[in-house]
Order: sequence, then C-alpha cells, then structure tokens
Amino acid sequence: MALRGAIVVDNEKCKGCGVCLANCPTDTIALAKEVNSKGYNFAFMASPESCTGCTNCATVCPDSCITVYRVKI
Amino acid sequence: MDIKDIIKPENRVYGKTPLLTDNVMHYCPGCSHGTVHKLIAEVIDEMGIQEQTIGVSPVGCSVFAYNYLDIDWQQAAHGRAPALATATKRLHPEKYVFTYQGDGDLASIGTAEIMHACNRGENIVVIFINNAIYGMTGGQMAPTTLIGMKTATTPYGRDPKLHGNPLKITELIAQLDGTCFVTRQSVHNPGNVRKAKKAIRKAFENSMMDKGTSFVEIVGTCNSGWKLSPVQSNEWMVENMFPKYPLGDIKDI
Ligand SMILES: Cc1ncc(C[n+]2csc(CCOP(=O)(O)OP(=O)(O)O)c2C)c(N)n1
Ligand code: SF4
Ligand code: SF4
Ligand code: SF4
Ligand SMILES: [Mg+2]
Repeated sequence: MALRGAIVVDNEKCKGCGVCLANCPTDTIALAKEVNSKGYNFAFMASPESCTGCTNCATVCPDSCITVYRVKI
Repeated sequence: MDIKDIIKPENRVYGKTPLLTDNVMHYCPGCSHGTVHKLIAEVIDEMGIQEQTIGVSPVGCSVFAYNYLDIDWQQAAHGRAPALATATKRLHPEKYVFTYQGDGDLASIGTAEIMHACNRGENIVVIFINNAIYGMTGGQMAPTTLIGMKTATTPYGRDPKLHGNPLKITELIAQLDGTCFVTRQSVHNPGNVRKAKKAIRKAFENSMMDKGTSFVEIVGTCNSGWKLSPVQSNEWMVENMFPKYPLGDIKDI
C-alpha cells in the first residue's frame, strides 16, 4: 500500500523562509520564481508526484500556511 | 491519481488549528516564535481549554502574541509576566495560566520575578524562548548569548571577561523546590517539534495538579539578529547552541 499526498500553501501568508523545503524528505517543495504581494518567493509543490503527505513541512512551518492531504492507494 | 482527487476535505491530515487567528504574524520569515505559538495553540485546542486559558505576553518580539492565539491575554511590563501570572492564577485557580517570555525578558530584566515565582511554586506554565539575543530591539547581547557570539553590542564576540558568562537559567530554575517539570526543547525539525509539543502539553496538565511550576525552554533562532538565513540559523543552532544548552528534561517529578 502506497501513500500519495498533496500540500496547499497559503501563498499570501508564506514568507518564503525555506524551512519546509529543508525538512521535506522527498524534495517535493520549491520556492516560486514569482512573489506574493509582500515580495516573498512563496513555497509550492514543484514535484507533486513525490509527496507522501508525511506532514513534515507543515509541522515546521512557522506561519502555519501549509495544509496537507493524504490518501492510501 | 490526480492532485484534485487528493486535495479533498476528507483527505486533510494536517492544517492550521482554528485556535490561531487569521492574522499574519509580524515575525521575520522563519522565526521560531511562530512555530512555538502554533504548538501552544494546538495543545490548547486538543485539550479543549480555549475558554479556560489566560496567556501573559512579554516585552520582546512576542509582545503581540495576543494577536495570534484566540484566548484571553494580558500583557506584562518587561520581565514581569510571572508576577502577573501569579496573581491571575491565584485569583482564578480554575484557569490555565501561562507566560510566554524571551531570554532578555526572562533571564535579564525579569530574573527576580521568574526566580521567585518558580521558587514559590506557582501553578503556572512558563514558555521560555531562548534565542540568545534581544531580537526586538535590534540584536543586542542577552544573558544567554554564547561566548564569542557577535551581536550589536558585542561586535567582536562575547568576551566573558568583559560581558560575563552565558546564563543557564533553566538549570538554576530546576534547583528550585517550587518547580515540578523543567525541560529544554527545540522546534527546528519535525521530530523536535513533536517532542516540544508533548512537553508543552505536560506542562499545561501539571498546572492543574497543584504540583508547582512547569518550565519549558525552547532553544530557538533569531535569524535577523544572527544575520543568517532561516535554514542556516537552524544549522548554526544545532552546532553552537545545543552544546551549551542541551535538549532534554532536566527535572520531572
Ligand atoms: C523597561 C524596559 N526596558 C527595556 C526595554 C527595551 N526592550 C524591548 S524588548 C527588549 C529585549 C527583548 O529580548 P527578548 O526577551 O530576548 O525577546 P526577543 O525579541 O528576542 O524574542 C528590550 C531590552 C523595554 N521595552 N522596557
Ligand atoms: S515554512 Fe511556511 S512560510 Fe516558510 S517557506 Fe515554507 S510554507 Fe512558506
Ligand atoms: S507532506 Fe511530506 S512529502 Fe509532502 S511536501 Fe510536505 S514534507 Fe514533502
Ligand atoms: S527579530 Fe528575531 S526574534 Fe524577532 S521576529 Fe525577527 S527573527 Fe524573530
Ligand atoms: Mg531573545
């Protein structure tokens, strides 16, 4: 049984600190080239197929801007 | 499987607790304060004690904590949060009362208040954020600043002959008969975040058992003050802060 996951980042709240990327075991996340209205390069799911929904990224996010979804397949 | 089929309410496994308000935190990107706020909010939410909890915010970057956790708050004069929490808990023993304090607030200007509140064994929770610097005022030396560490007031590094030694106040607090639980945690990776949350929960539970004061130090980062990126700050903390401020329980009775 495998796990597939997905994250949704609140782009406007994200400050682009990079702490989530550093703690993602599957290198799913990257910082966007675009910026939000505050000028931050927000985090996004760069390789969606690799996310397992482990919640590590959301657990360490200081600004609580990541929601994690997970399904068993 | 399509992403749209994964992102459905029934598949949600983690997200912002409703106990955190929708206000955008004023903290610098990557600041540990935000992570610790979240843990306290999750503990209060999971214990179902939102209506019974009163926080006391300090002077320091976290002075505005009251904007982010949807509970009752007071805001204390610099270092005096333990005195305010003492009065609050004695007047309302049915409430969960906690202070949230930085190292400048707790270990410098507020040393007398924290020592005596902990020595009296007030049934409160103390959350102590040790980032080894005065973050709010521009990165001056704190009592907890490491030897050799550069700050705005120690541009050549902290010299013990000139500036004194780093104060391990948590170890001192553990010596006091009034404390029941004294621990040092961090929030730089998922495993440590979960451990820190458990410690905070235990501290809140203790405060209703008439056991005395529970004291939770979180070794945190101030990346603006340290002049490193958030991720580099976490690495610097592991390398330099943890040897001086080792993680783990110091007292648990
Ligand atoms: C009576 C008084 N003295 C000094 C100050 C200036 N001041 C504001 S915050 C602060 C230190 C805050 O450092 P810390 O408690 O470590 O909090 P941080 O910002 O690092 O989280 C100082 C000295 C003040 N506001 N009031
Ligand atoms: S940890 Fe949070 S604030 Fe930082 S980059 Fe990731 S999503 Fe954005
Ligand atoms: S849930 Fe886990 S695998 Fe998915 S992005 Fe977050 S840290 Fe990476
Ligand atoms: S100055 Fe330091 S403690 Fe204050 S918000 Fe910025 S990183 Fe956090
Ligand atoms: Mg500080």
